[in-house]
Amino acid sequence: MSANADRPPVIAPGYTPATVTDKISAVVLNKTPRWWYVGFAISFLAAQLLFITIAKLLVLTVGIWGINIPVAWGIDIVNFVWWIGIGHAGTLISAILLLLRQTWRTSINRFAEAMTLFAVAAAAQFVLFHTGRQWLAVYWLFPYPNTMGVWPQFRSPLMWDVFAVSTYATISALFWFVGLIPDLATLRDRSKHWFGKITYGMLAMGWRGSARHWHNYETASLLLAGLATPLVVSVHTVVSFDFAVGIIPGWHATIFPPYFVAGAIYSGFAMVMTLAIPLRKVFGLEDFITMRHLQNMAKIMLATGLIVAYGYGIELFMAWYSGNTFEQYMIHNRILGPYGWIWLLLLLCNVLTPQFLWLKKVRNSVLGLFFISIIVNIGMWLERFVIIVTSLHRDFLPSSWGMYTPTRWDWSFFVGTLGLFFSLMFLFIRFLPVISIFEMRGITTGHDFEEQAGEVKP
Amino acid sequence: MSQIFNRSTNAIARLSIWGAVFILGGVGWAASILNRSAYNTNQGVTVKQPVPFGHEHHVAGLGIDCRYCHSFVEKSASAGIPPTATCINCHKLIWSDSPMLEPVRESFRTGKPLNWRKVYDLPDFVYFDHSIHVAKGVGCVSCHGRVDKMRLTAQFPSLQMEWCIACHRNPEKFLRPKDRIFDLTWAAADQETLGRDLAKQNHLRSTVALTNCSTCHR
Repeated sequence: MSANADRPPVIAPGYTPATVTDKISAVVLNKTPRWWYVGFAISFLAAQLLFITIAKLLVLTVGIWGINIPVAWGIDIVNFVWWIGIGHAGTLISAILLLLRQTWRTSINRFAEAMTLFAVAAAAQFVLFHTGRQWLAVYWLFPYPNTMGVWPQFRSPLMWDVFAVSTYATISALFWFVGLIPDLATLRDRSKHWFGKITYGMLAMGWRGSARHWHNYETASLLLAGLATPLVVSVHTVVSFDFAVGIIPGWHATIFPPYFVAGAIYSGFAMVMTLAIPLRKVFGLEDFITMRHLQNMAKIMLATGLIVAYGYGIELFMAWYSGNTFEQYMIHNRILGPYGWIWLLLLLCNVLTPQFLWLKKVRNSVLGLFFISIIVNIGMWLERFVIIVTSLHRDFLPSSWGMYTPTRWDWSFFVGTLGLFFSLMFLFIRFLPVISIFEMRGITTGHDFEEQAGEVKP
Repeated sequence: MSQIFNRSTNAIARLSIWGAVFILGGVGWAASILNRSAYNTNQGVTVKQPVPFGHEHHVAGLGIDCRYCHSFVEKSASAGIPPTATCINCHKLIWSDSPMLEPVRESFRTGKPLNWRKVYDLPDFVYFDHSIHVAKGVGCVSCHGRVDKMRLTAQFPSLQMEWCIACHRNPEKFLRPKDRIFDLTWAAADQETLGRDLAKQNHLRSTVALTNCSTCHR
């Protein structure tokens, strides 16, 4: 690959399988650093906000939020779409880049997959708790032979959404866990404490690194990659159907599926970047998560960001081209209406900011990439707000127009899910290897990892 | 590397995978059984009443028509619980000093109604109207069972929505001629043909209309 000659390497030179294993497993097996306690405490405190809000919500139901008629979907759904979208980078990295044999994925796939799982867990809170009567949500969401003799409406995209998201969660969890097994065996063998030995031992499911084990592992991960690949596209397509099938101007558009999928990958890579940059710093993993990774992710962000910008452009164009009064008013209201400033902010975050990624200098600046990734995360949240709230608050009949203001409980729920996400993330980076050890061993010398994965010590 | 686990843990690991499937399946099965049991639905459960009124005696023994007491059943949503005066019509002459009937006489003396307890307690979000069911040809027995055999009145069906909707989907299986509505023992010779004819004759609405949410949940 001569084109790659001038690019930074995927892994810093001079590493052998043994030093890679030492370095990554040390993160888990060494003493807990002080900053971890601080970070986890803050996240866990924020997670308590989630539980307080849920308790309040169970007693008083969704009236504590700012939703109303016409804006029956507020930032609860904004947050749901935002979290689900973030998860997509993990699946893309672990499935599609695996099938395309992109070796640079190796150092980021493990925690990107973890990020996917935790983002889906955060998104699930909104799905479950926005239903209002959560104890009835079982039969609203899942088709099971209930005593009412009726099934949920299978023609509704909301029903498809339940399947899309639950399949997504299941496959992501399986993929993540199967990929962890060889590394869990490494941790089992290196753990000094009996508790660590037993816990990692149970999770490693008897992995001994035999040829048969590796064969099973390879088959399983290839099958799961095959199953997960369509999910990268399908999950957010179905999420976009939640809107596109509705007839509200601003929702009822055929561009939605590709536009949503691109947005999801865009926000997902932004989140991977937001997490990877501090992570490599605090654990000293700059040799494994190199500038090459950050640059590659920056390029993906730029590409998907342009697709998203194209989506915004098409929405404007279609409003004019359709000649439809309501579509035209929707765009007019989006730009000049009471929420117009959010639309403007969205353009600044999502369209203008990523343009800096054209510059090599910016792609080489860790700090610059970190800030851009955070701005894109904010921008993608604003995008969902614009789509959901500004479309709903003024539809066809001026007599049914209204305004929406999130209450403090709307915000506390959102901050709470951030707390949940980061708490899980902190637990993950402390107790599991953040980078796939056995796959990194594979790229140290350029051989396939099967040949040198003999973790079994006599 | 020392051996952490005994060989037997392999068997336990395999067992736990199967066990998880069976335990989850078992919990689901138990929940569905419990949900449909009388413990949850009160199906077949008698309710304690101020006076132990026996339908068997009054209907089968004496041959009183349903409408003698439940007099609005053809005209209103409620079939009607008879006022104490209806009881007294007969009981001023027969069993007029039975101690069991003292609450009835007391109610008549004071004008304070008897506190009959509901046996068929539908949820408040269900709209139900007796008159339309009678008018379209649904007999008493279809929902209330053989009350002529009930010494104390019990809830005959489960009253779960699957029970309601089974008839709303296929009403022709239960329709009967006008003059057989209050007949608890009658059964059609050929229900299939009769039901189809009656559905047409009584202008039953389509299954789509009958199973529309707002038909019962208004």
